[in-house]
Amino acid sequence: MENFAVQRVDNVAYSILKVGGFLDAHTAPQLEDAIQNLVDENRCKIIVSFTDLKYISSAGLGVFMGFIEQVRNMGGDIKLSNMTPKIFRVFDLLGFPTLYDIFDDEHEAIEKF
Amino acid sequence: MASTKHEFRLRVPSRTDNLDLIRIFVGKVAEKVGFRSDEVDKIELACDEACTNVVKHAYKREEAAKSLDVAIKIDYQKLTIIVTDHGKSFDPGSVIMPKMKEYLAELRVGGLGIYLMRKLMDEVNYDIQPGVKNQVKMVKYFIDKQNSNSIKKIKDAK
Repeated sequence: MENFAVQRVDNVAYSILKVGGFLDAHTAPQLEDAIQNLVDENRCKIIVSFTDLKYISSAGLGVFMGFIEQVRNMGGDIKLSNMTPKIFRVFDLLGFPTLYDIFDDEHEAIEKF
Repeated sequence: MASTKHEFRLRVPSRTDNLDLIRIFVGKVAEKVGFRSDEVDKIELACDEACTNVVKHAYKREEAAKSLDVAIKIDYQKLTIIVTDHGKSFDPGSVIMPKMKEYLAELRVGGLGIYLMRKLMDEVNYDIQPGVKNQVKMVKYFIDKQNSNSIKKIKDAK
């Protein structure tokens, strides 16, 4: 079964994490590691693109909660993009759109940095 | 009381790598009994959250081989998911529902699962018997409860 994958694309000013598959309590540590690596490298302008994400549970949303304060204190942000309606509904149910910038497209997110 | 027409059961070791299996099981049953795909998504997610809580909180790491039971009961009006474990008990009354705006403002990590379960399902109830079992029961009605209440009011008014 297709599980979870995170692909990192670095630009001079920002990094994009493209996530795909199923993000739950089992796979969330992989995303946590990917964001932790960026933070360790002082790369704090982060875009997470959800194009290929099929599923997310609160364990996945918790990863963003865990890093957002630190990343913003570093002068950066975690911006979210390319959510399917199914993924957006979960974020919306928990009120995340009030705390995170969510864009239709990763290019829109890049322009906001 | 409505009699149970069908019952489906799954028993798996209490580990996060079985969450996908649980979701497939619950999702397929919900689909089979006629829920719309957005309702199936909600049922799958609520069950994932309940089972994640068991894996993370009810059992200690060394007890990972212990089992987690998921039963689905179907009657003419609703689907009921019953998640049972035999691990550490908790007092459901002690779980404070987070006020999401304040919760997000405080940037707290975790603890969103129970909030989501209540948002996604029509009813969530606990049966906690310390040292015996912990059970969470989640109900989803085939017809939206608010709609059926409205229909009843219309009928009553006639």
